[in-house]
Amino acid sequence: MLNLIGNYSLVLALTISIIIIFLSFKTFKSKENITFNIFFIISSQFFLICISFLTLLLAFVYSDFSNLAVYFNSHSSKPLFYKISGTWGNHEGSLLLWLLVLSLFNLIFYIKSKKLLNAFRSLTIFFQQIIILGFLLFIFFTSNPFQLVIPTPIEGLGLNPILQDPALAIHPPILYLGYVGSSIIFSSSLSALVCNYVNKEWASDIKKWTLISWIFLTVGIMLGSIWAYYELGWGGFWFWDPVENVSLMPWLCLTALLHCTSVLKKRLNLKSWTIILAISTFILSMSGTFLVRSGILNSVHTFANDPERGLFILIFLTFLILISLIIYFKHNNFNQENKSFIFSKESAIVINNWFMMYFLSVVLIGTVYPIFLEAITNEKISVGPPYFNQLIIPFLIPFLIIMALGPKLEWIKNKKVRVKLTKIILFVLSIFISYLIVRHFSTKVLYLTILISPSLYLFFISVIDLNDEKLKLSQKLSHFGFSILIVSIILNSLFSEEVSVNLKKGEERQLSNYLLKFKNITKTEIDNFTSLKAEIHVIQNNKELKFYPELRLYKVPETITSEADIKTNLFNDNLVVVNYLKDTDYLNIRYQKKPFMLLIWISAILLAIGGMIGLRKDFK
Amino acid sequence: MKIKLQFIFVFLIIIFVLSIFFKSLFENKNYIPEKIINKLDNQSITEFYSSKNYKLKDLFSPEEYIILNIWASWCVPCRQEHLHITNLSVVDNLKVVGLNYKDKKNNAGKFLSDLGNPYDIILIDKNGTESIFLGAYGVPETFLIDSELNILKKYIGPINLEDELEIKKLIK
Amino acid sequence: MIIKLFKLIFILFFINFSIFSAFAENKKVEEISKNLRCLICQGQSVYDSNSEFALSVKILISEKLISGSTESEIYDFLKSKYGDWIVYEPEFNKSTLLLWILPLFLFIFGGLLIVRKVIINRSIK
Repeated sequence: MLNLIGNYSLVLALTISIIIIFLSFKTFKSKENITFNIFFIISSQFFLICISFLTLLLAFVYSDFSNLAVYFNSHSSKPLFYKISGTWGNHEGSLLLWLLVLSLFNLIFYIKSKKLLNAFRSLTIFFQQIIILGFLLFIFFTSNPFQLVIPTPIEGLGLNPILQDPALAIHPPILYLGYVGSSIIFSSSLSALVCNYVNKEWASDIKKWTLISWIFLTVGIMLGSIWAYYELGWGGFWFWDPVENVSLMPWLCLTALLHCTSVLKKRLNLKSWTIILAISTFILSMSGTFLVRSGILNSVHTFANDPERGLFILIFLTFLILISLIIYFKHNNFNQENKSFIFSKESAIVINNWFMMYFLSVVLIGTVYPIFLEAITNEKISVGPPYFNQLIIPFLIPFLIIMALGPKLEWIKNKKVRVKLTKIILFVLSIFISYLIVRHFSTKVLYLTILISPSLYLFFISVIDLNDEKLKLSQKLSHFGFSILIVSIILNSLFSEEVSVNLKKGEERQLSNYLLKFKNITKTEIDNFTSLKAEIHVIQNNKELKFYPELRLYKVPETITSEADIKTNLFNDNLVVVNYLKDTDYLNIRYQKKPFMLLIWISAILLAIGGMIGLRKDFK
Repeated sequence: MKIKLQFIFVFLIIIFVLSIFFKSLFENKNYIPEKIINKLDNQSITEFYSSKNYKLKDLFSPEEYIILNIWASWCVPCRQEHLHITNLSVVDNLKVVGLNYKDKKNNAGKFLSDLGNPYDIILIDKNGTESIFLGAYGVPETFLIDSELNILKKYIGPINLEDELEIKKLIK
Repeated sequence: MIIKLFKLIFILFFINFSIFSAFAENKKVEEISKNLRCLICQGQSVYDSNSEFALSVKILISEKLISGSTESEIYDFLKSKYGDWIVYEPEFNKSTLLLWILPLFLFIFGGLLIVRKVIINRSIK
């Protein structure tokens, strides 16, 4: 029953989508006002997709195993929270969520854009509906979430226990909100091109959408890292894994766009560049989806792979790219732009964009190059962290310094570039501090140490800037957040320590400064897994820390996961992970000391809060 | 004119990228190991019962092929493929060599007495490093090699009937 | 008595030294195995993995280090057995030329675009 309702509301939504495409194109051509009808139709489409999503959700909550997606991805013994998150934890459900968000944003755009040009509005809705239609067709032909299993199985096949984690449960929807937000940016900029509507009004509208997707993407990426840090227990939070890179690319593009729109808003410059960025953000999001879902990439995160799905997304992607290329080159006739000044905020933003694009190209090339090489020469190579570090770190030095100085510049003119004494003092101070750090803690990672001074400099400047009345709060806060982020990442990777040893119950071992004691192990049966909890004491400088890391033996499907025990405080994370060793009584015990982990999360939140403040101001 | 050129340039790049994506979409993602290494080193490995060291080449009598099968008593798929290894052990001019991988001697002996011993000779890989020298990934894994130590075929994971027939065909 | 003391000191020193060098060697194994892909795992390095394959590779690395192999010799050895795919840091050679050069080329290209734009803007006034 549920399946039928869900399926038919999707069919109706598809029909409506075609009607909207037709109607919106008609209103665009005839230059009429958008009628009340369109609003009614758009909201009913949203309503239908909502119903369809809710039915899937209910199928998961009530463990209706006659549904194929539920059968494969759920299990009646799972906690309710994970039954719900199971809805979007699989390929089919996540696409339905995409669709839901797409139509929601379509509706919001319609409601919020009443003051804008009519032709522009209807054309944007037209493009947005094309995307929605593409996704509807995708769902129907390759990944229908309402397929039936006959006869109805008694029990589901469970969900990968590694995915049973609160951060991961809310991570995909938030990330999708970011990805999908960029769809509006895409439609709106294509439509603005056609209507010749690239002006200040459009800029301030597009800035809102950019901010929205940027905030969601920032939080989404952060949640992904938090999951990787807590659940995988490898002590890292960013692995330059292809799937992570794929989410980082639109983020870099959005960040560039964010800065670019303010130039457009204030000075009406960089018109075509803004359009290019706006288009590429969504194209990158879509390509990312293609790369992840088609299984071309080799990564920790895998969806069930099916070349048919990949093929469909690829065709759709080709279609979108070609449309945007043709429209861009046909309508790209912007008249002469305003004069720019060398020492101005505009230049600083152009340079910011320049570096952002460089970082983007490193991440992009590093991610897809192995695919290309394999397709052309059949050679298989890995592009891992060392590549990204080597190409990105040296360029961060000028980037951070410009980021520290840029916001203070004026829009129009800075005839005399006055060099303030405080800035020089701070610069010398940060070099001095980094010298001290290198002196006292050996130069074990030479590569990163060169980054200490510029990042400290950025940090000092942004702290001082927090008091500056002339700057916008959103900008100050985000830059402050970013400076903490970069400082804590650097110090984290410089001062992380770890020791690893195999011990039996009752044994202890001294490793460099740490004494590791394996005190005890207890076995308990919990709902759907058996838990083995070890008690490990770590003693350093007469300070004893007790850890209770855990091994979980799941029955459905049969897997062992390792839960790290992490003790967090503001400046330091201490964690112990245990791993099972085959055929022995020994456990592999790994103790890690990770400074400033909490600050990394806090700074990411600060970035997002900065964005939200900017958004609130723009909506006024 | 300039815009047209730009368009064609960008267009070509994108077509290139998309066609590569298209190509790799249908490419076999399986790792094909023969491409990497096609000849084994003449390394010396300890024998299971006598603890003597043998060089790989010394295992051959002329004009013979060898099946080198990596196995362990703790490995479940090894039991599955055991039948096919046994079938191969009776084939003429084919010697079946076992490499016992990270195992306890007692367990390995029990495995063989339970299921039968198809191996002409058994070598030991106590800590897994010999297998790294062979370029192996784990258990079970099977190499078909000739007397020059060229790898004719490599099977990662348990071999099945199809593989068994293929091996018989290859050595004829 | 004094000789005994000397012996003791010597032994203590020696133990300390061997612990220290074992520690340094561990560090080296850690460093190398972090740059190696665990071929049978999903996106894990040899260092992070506890699979049989990864454990064997780690033993092999320490054996090779003890027998005096350098870091790059170990990488070359593993590459000859498993292909370039096993090392995370791509080598600089003919087939990875574009991988290393292309981003830098794009950076310079972008810089030129910006400079050109500034010059054009100047000449307008």
